Formats: sequence, structure tokens, C-alpha cells
Amino acid sequence: MTATTFLAFVLTASQVLLAISLVLAALRGLRGPRAQDRVLGLDTMYVCAMLLMIVTGMREGSAYFFEAALVASALGFVATMAMAKFLMRGEVIE
Amino acid sequence: MSHLEQLPPAVAILIAALVTLGTVLVLLGTVGLVRLGSFYERLHAPTLGTSWGAAGILLGSIVMYSTVGDRLIIHELFIALMVTVTTPVTLMVLGRAALHRDRAEGRPPPNTSPPDAVSPEDQAE
Amino acid sequence: MTLFPHPLLTVIIAVLFLVLTGLSAGQFVLAIAVGIAGGFGYSRLTPDRVRLRRPDLIGLLFGRVVLDIIRSNYAVARLILSEGRDGRRRSGFVRIPLDLTEPNALAILAIIVTSTPGTAWVEHDPADNHLLLHVFDLLEDDDWIHIIKSRYEALLLEIFQ
Repeated sequence: MTATTFLAFVLTASQVLLAISLVLAALRGLRGPRAQDRVLGLDTMYVCAMLLMIVTGMREGSAYFFEAALVASALGFVATMAMAKFLMRGEVIE
Repeated sequence: MSHLEQLPPAVAILIAALVTLGTVLVLLGTVGLVRLGSFYERLHAPTLGTSWGAAGILLGSIVMYSTVGDRLIIHELFIALMVTVTTPVTLMVLGRAALHRDRAEGRPPPNTSPPDAVSPEDQAE
Repeated sequence: MTLFPHPLLTVIIAVLFLVLTGLSAGQFVLAIAVGIAGGFGYSRLTPDRVRLRRPDLIGLLFGRVVLDIIRSNYAVARLILSEGRDGRRRSGFVRIPLDLTEPNALAILAIIVTSTPGTAWVEHDPADNHLLLHVFDLLEDDDWIHIIKSRYEALLLEIFQ
């Protein structure tokens, strides 16, 4: 097993593990129990998706995934902030 | 996968180690997110993924692309900056929102109010 | 009212824009325009300029934070794997009295504390300058007050005030 095939294997495994992380974060988002847990789950999903894009970019050798990752991290921040602000002052008692 | 073959073996192993470290930390963070019992504990879990989880993967990417050398590494640095600045802000605001909601429902977690008086926020409600 | 209220910020934004898009004459003009607009936008957001008294200590603070983040990553990862020392881990809130009042320094302290796994900044009470901190693995209240004050706040006080 050469170092190149080892790296290719690690990158594929990393993609799989990050996808599992994404599912786990989504699980927390679905289970709740309260709204802040769902927002936290969604925020973690954004981070996992962004890192998944970076690892995919490393595997494919394409720079376009990095642009996507940048957009994902910016969108994740704005979305989470908006929802957290809403939790703070909206009609929020479940 | 021609760009992977351009890497010297030692560099390939280094990248593999960095990516593995980052991925395992992200995975542990989400495992914690699912398994921990209360919201305030769960607030700590994603920071595993956003501190050295993200740093490991981004460092691996920096090493890879600065060795293969077809483009600048500024994207990774910018993503790292975004992650380090935005994650604490979102977690802080989420924590405050959770505390605010718990107080509004009349059951704040222990040890969160000032020992002597009602805080100005509570009076405003 | 000057054209460059924050010259360093304007330059950083322009350079970042150029590096992200690629260098050409048109992009250069656009980058300068974006940089100036960014500087103006920032000066509308913050009334007072950041003044550093000891910028040479920033490196020390940065190194300390990176080390602490590595250490607490390991600690929290172990706690998650071992189910919190088999259920004996206790988490809770700590109120920490602060001496730091400079808003930018407080923002940096908040970023440091929250991005370190195991501690999360929940609330800052400007009335009596207390910080409400949630700690994942709470051993003794006094320990955390001491850690925050000696490791980070003392340095930030020296840098900013």
C-alpha cells in the first residue's frame, strides 16, 4: 500500500465519517427537545457540510469546493444568528 | 487522481494524519451533541469540531495545496478566520437565548442570577 | 470625515478581494471601492478606534490560546468517550467578576472562552461587570475564576488598557 493510496483511503473514510457527523447533527436537530437544540443541531450541520466540501475538494483536486465551503460557512453564520435572535425576542414559549 | 500522486509519501502521510485528527474530532463533537443530557452541556460539543476539527482538515488542505502548488492557500485561511470568529458568536447568542427562554418560563438553571438582586433584564419583563 | 477612516481594514479587504478573485485592472478598481466601502461601514458600526497599548503581547496570548484549545479538546473528547468519568462529571454555571471594561477586549475574551471546548460564555452583565460562564467539567468554582483571570484577563488588560 503506497502513501498515495493510503491518503486516498483516508480522504474517502473522512468523507464517510463527516457524513455520519452530519446525520448525527441532523438527529439532534430533529429530536430537539427544545428550539435551541434544533438551532444548535442545524448550526453543527452547516459546519459538517462545510468540512465535507473541503475534504471532497481535496479528494477531487478542485478549487470550486472551497468557494462553496466559504459560502456555506457565511450562510450558516447568518442563518444561526437570525434564528438565535428570533428565539431571544420572538414569541418563543412552546 | 493525479494531484494525489504528485505528493511525496511523507507529505501524504502528514496530510492523512491531519485530516484524520480533524475528522475524528468533528465526529466526537457530534456524538457528544447527540448523547449529552442538557442543552448547556450540548453547547460545548460542536466546539470540538470548530476548533481543532476544522483546523486539522484546513491544515491538511493547506499542506496539500502548497505542495502541489497550483493555487493560493488564502481560501483555507479565510475559512479558518470565518469559523473562529463566527462560531463563538453564534454559540454565545444561542446560550443567551436559551437562558433568556429558561428565565421567561420561570425556571432558570441554578447559579445563573446575581446573588443579591433581580437583574435589570428580568425587571424589564 | 476622511476617505479612509480605517486604512488598515480598507487595505486588508482590498487585498483579500484581489486574492480571492484574481488580479486584473477591473478587479483592482473594484477591490479598492469595496475596501473603502468596508472601511466606511465599519466606522459607522463602531464609534471608537481600537488602541493597543502592548501589541507585542498578542503573540503570547495567541500561543497560549492555541495550547489551551489543544488541551481542552483532548479533555472534552475524553469526557465524551468515557461518559463523563462514568457519570461523575458535573457541569454548571460560574459567575466571574471581571476587571476588563474595554469592549473590544471583552469581545476577544468572549471569543477565546467560547472557542475553547469546555467553557462557554453565556452572558455578560455590564451593570456589575460579571461574566456568566458555563463550564462543562466543573471541579471548583474558584479554580475557574482564577484560570480566566490569570491566564487571559491579565494579558488582555495589559494589551488594551
